[in-house]
Amino acid sequence: MTDTIASTAAAVRAGERSAREVVDERLAAIEDGDGALNAFNYVMAERARATADTVDRRVAAGDDPGPLAGVAVALKDNMCTRGVPTTCSSRILENWRPPYDATVVTRLAEAGAVVVGKTNLDEFAMGSSTENSAFGPTRNPHDPSRVPGGSSGGSAASVAAGFVPAAFGSDTGGSIRQPAALCGVVGVKPTYGRVSRYGLVAFASSLDQIGPFAATVEDAALLFEVVAGHDPMDSTSVPEPAPSVVAGLGEGVEGLRVGLTQEFVEGADPDVTARVEEAARALEKAGAVVSDASVPAAVYGLSAYYLIAPAEASSNLARYDGVRYGLRVDGDDITAMYTATRAAGFGPEVKRRIMLGTYALSAGYYDAYYGQAQRVRTLIIRDFEAAYANHDLLLGATSPTTAFELGAKTENPLTMYLSDVFTIPSNLAGHPAISIPYGTGDDGLPVGVQLLAPALAEPLMFRAAAALERSLA
Amino acid sequence: MAEPISRDDVAHVARLARLDLTEDELERFTGQLGAVLEHAADIAALDIADVPPTAHPLPLKNVLREDTPVPSLDRDEVLAQAPAAEDRRFKVPRILGEAP
Amino acid sequence: MTTAVATDWEMVIGLEVHCELSTTTKLFCGCRNAFGDEPNTNVCPVCLGLPGSLPVINERAVEYAMRIGEGLHCTVEPSIFHRKNYFYPDMPKDYQVSQYDMPINARGWLELPDGTRIGITRAHMEEDTGKTSHVGGGGRIHEAGYALVDYNRAGVPLVEIVSDPDIRSAEQARAYVSELRAILAAIDVSDVKMEEGSLRVDSNVSVRRTGSTEFGTRCEIKNLNSLRSLVHAIEYEARRQIDLLESGDRVVQETRHWNEDDGRTHSMRSKEEAFDYRYFPEPDLVPLAPSDDWLAQVRSSIPVLPAERRAALAAAAGASSTADVAVVIERGLDALVEAAIAAGADPDRVVTHAVHNLAVEGAANLDPDRLADLVKMETDGKLTATQAKKVLADMLEKGGDPASIAADLGFEAMDQDVLASVVDQLIADNPVEFDRLKGGDQKVMGFFVGQAMKATQGKADGKVVTALLRERASS
Repeated sequence: MTDTIASTAAAVRAGERSAREVVDERLAAIEDGDGALNAFNYVMAERARATADTVDRRVAAGDDPGPLAGVAVALKDNMCTRGVPTTCSSRILENWRPPYDATVVTRLAEAGAVVVGKTNLDEFAMGSSTENSAFGPTRNPHDPSRVPGGSSGGSAASVAAGFVPAAFGSDTGGSIRQPAALCGVVGVKPTYGRVSRYGLVAFASSLDQIGPFAATVEDAALLFEVVAGHDPMDSTSVPEPAPSVVAGLGEGVEGLRVGLTQEFVEGADPDVTARVEEAARALEKAGAVVSDASVPAAVYGLSAYYLIAPAEASSNLARYDGVRYGLRVDGDDITAMYTATRAAGFGPEVKRRIMLGTYALSAGYYDAYYGQAQRVRTLIIRDFEAAYANHDLLLGATSPTTAFELGAKTENPLTMYLSDVFTIPSNLAGHPAISIPYGTGDDGLPVGVQLLAPALAEPLMFRAAAALERSLA
Repeated sequence: MAEPISRDDVAHVARLARLDLTEDELERFTGQLGAVLEHAADIAALDIADVPPTAHPLPLKNVLREDTPVPSLDRDEVLAQAPAAEDRRFKVPRILGEAP
Repeated sequence: MTTAVATDWEMVIGLEVHCELSTTTKLFCGCRNAFGDEPNTNVCPVCLGLPGSLPVINERAVEYAMRIGEGLHCTVEPSIFHRKNYFYPDMPKDYQVSQYDMPINARGWLELPDGTRIGITRAHMEEDTGKTSHVGGGGRIHEAGYALVDYNRAGVPLVEIVSDPDIRSAEQARAYVSELRAILAAIDVSDVKMEEGSLRVDSNVSVRRTGSTEFGTRCEIKNLNSLRSLVHAIEYEARRQIDLLESGDRVVQETRHWNEDDGRTHSMRSKEEAFDYRYFPEPDLVPLAPSDDWLAQVRSSIPVLPAERRAALAAAAGASSTADVAVVIERGLDALVEAAIAAGADPDRVVTHAVHNLAVEGAANLDPDRLADLVKMETDGKLTATQAKKVLADMLEKGGDPASIAADLGFEAMDQDVLASVVDQLIADNPVEFDRLKGGDQKVMGFFVGQAMKATQGKADGKVVTALLRERASS
């Protein structure tokens, strides 16, 4: 494993280590190990070295290069990096180089971080295993015959494999937390609107959020603080600066009311459930008050999500039409060009979701499907509110299973969709949630437990996660 | 039991979404989409007509910006990414039918 | 036995007018909103719809939309944006951000110069598309080889103003568009130039038997680039539909394209291509709910609108015709006219001058007191109408006061007695013609008036001459 973000940044800022040396080390690790894992779509070796050199120059000049000085960061390949391929692991954007940076990318640069590469994902973030990538799947560092989870599988694996201490993914229905759990790392989905979506290639606009992966809760908290905060380029951005979460990490959970939520445990494998129960006991031992909780409407989350997300996606992905950028397959007239381009450019899961979404929005079906799903969303929010009347935080499993084998769930899409049953409700409600590694399953593979918090309650959430992490030591 | 979605529906939706499907795909997708919609029958059955829909998880309103110009992109950079360009513009195959 | 009654047809028209707002930047991004710039130079990730881009609403566009709502007597309401999904190369995202069932302005009206009120269903905000040029095949869509797209216009703010189907003739449609344009210009939200595309009109036309209250099937007519086209297209389309229905056929609901060259509308859509826009609320934007303060401030910023100006002028001018009043307002001369009337000038004369003799640039800057003086000279009999017109022309060109100008020109009204003796002399010199006049021949009056003008070097007042002759002829 690499050094922590905190220690690396401290060393570089103090001039004890050069950013260049750090980054060279990371690039070498990637070069050595990624062939077997395929976590990266693109490694930005030259640019990373140049950025590292800039950081070193700033240190030499006596300037503070920022809280992430010299820290190597991997970014999910659905975040725009100017002049660097941003493919969303899709053939339709295979050679696209954005003319602009995502806000998150700008903030990372300002903090002295060094982006070393773009990581693999399920195409357009649609999937739970990274097997839907047009460039081949990523493999789980704990067991390369297994999936790393998805859709941010590349980012999770890059941290789990020790290539980088920091990575970012996006979470629409669990795409940060579930791969974090399957790869044994920390993954955070912030409150909807906490982190700017400007420059994040949209999948489902009312659900997507960018969030960090790291080996420790503190590292994840540091990353979160750097990227969070209001962005005028994103109308759905929370109008507040980033909250302070690092400072309070050691405050413990004395007196905190934690709800072990039945809907976030039911249906999980017994070994996963056992880990969650152990986490509950650990929190109790650390002073929390743990009791049972319920978010009854959460059971409808999967259905609501698989109508809302594809509906928004069907609209968000209409722009991939061969006109302005990306793949074009010529046609006799524009319609022929559109249909041939999109047929060739999109993989089957993307096509399925586009069609499902188009159907859910189409005349005559809107109310029964999309409309109904948005009403269910309200029910879920209400049930969360009721649960939070009696609890400060909720606890559950992140994924029902440990990492499954490549190909195990690709036969029937519905089987794959069930991987997200514990994570989806947070996205529908817009609430933050974090997955932290908590022991292993019977198969020795990592298990992640999930802490959920009300909107904007990241400080509390990180604090409890840190306490839970400490209980493992 | 009635199919939640027919082959014709799928073909129609593929047209709306400008996706060219093979016969094979049409067949397969009809089954797969049907399975998802069948699963969604659990929420279709809920009697919640009077529950207001949530379009936004955030209670924000009136997010506005000033009417002040900001530099535009460099045209060359923009057209460099175009699959086809001519005379400073994006080139596309002929368009049959007028815009709505 | 019933009497056979001729069945007449009535046309029912609704107009959709798109108005480009004259904001500095686009609706959702900071690119310049400018007409005629080099292609694709006012574009950015947002208005190009690049992956990852997000919209942020332009405050001034909202303000202008509210002004339009106020100017059209709409209720300004909380609103949201919706996505209207369809594929077309001038649409960077292949959806248009528009407003659907919660528009910012609803349920208003405007008043035509003749006093008719036309209802306004809604006036909502939306983004404009890019511009497509069809290349090859003479520029006609069907024969083009390919197309070129410029996205400068993509994302420019529009307000779409939809009228109730209250319009009943092509002329009324023209009056509606003219009045709407005048209102939009008065509240200063748009350049409103049809020829530049900052005002675009589509017309929904249907017909029904006079007296029926049901609506017939309507067609939407597009490509109306001028008021003339609007009138001709509506007339053609109404006739086309009537012919169809009278021959037992039915009207197919469709969009039709007006062709200026052959003077006909043509069907543009293939039958299966029904547009299912799959509207859903735009998730990248949050709702608009203008505060009462903002609304009050917008309301107070609305200037006097054409209808109010017409009313004020009509009140000041008394019996002047509505057509004359409309012309005066159109020329921006109402302030001048009202001031001249207030200074004591005869209202009818002032309005007549404004309508017939002040159709020039800068006329509005004429000193109302001097205009009043001129009119008084006329009504006092010191100047004939013809002379007054000349003096006025000089006043406009060189300035100065009417009395001096009249003196310089050598104008003075003829003394009544002198004129009477001229008339008597003419009668004496032309006994045959006078007999014809006495016998009721009115045409010979012109001969005498002409002779009087000759005899007085144009100084005679034609009306006075006519009156004198009539008097002589009847005695």
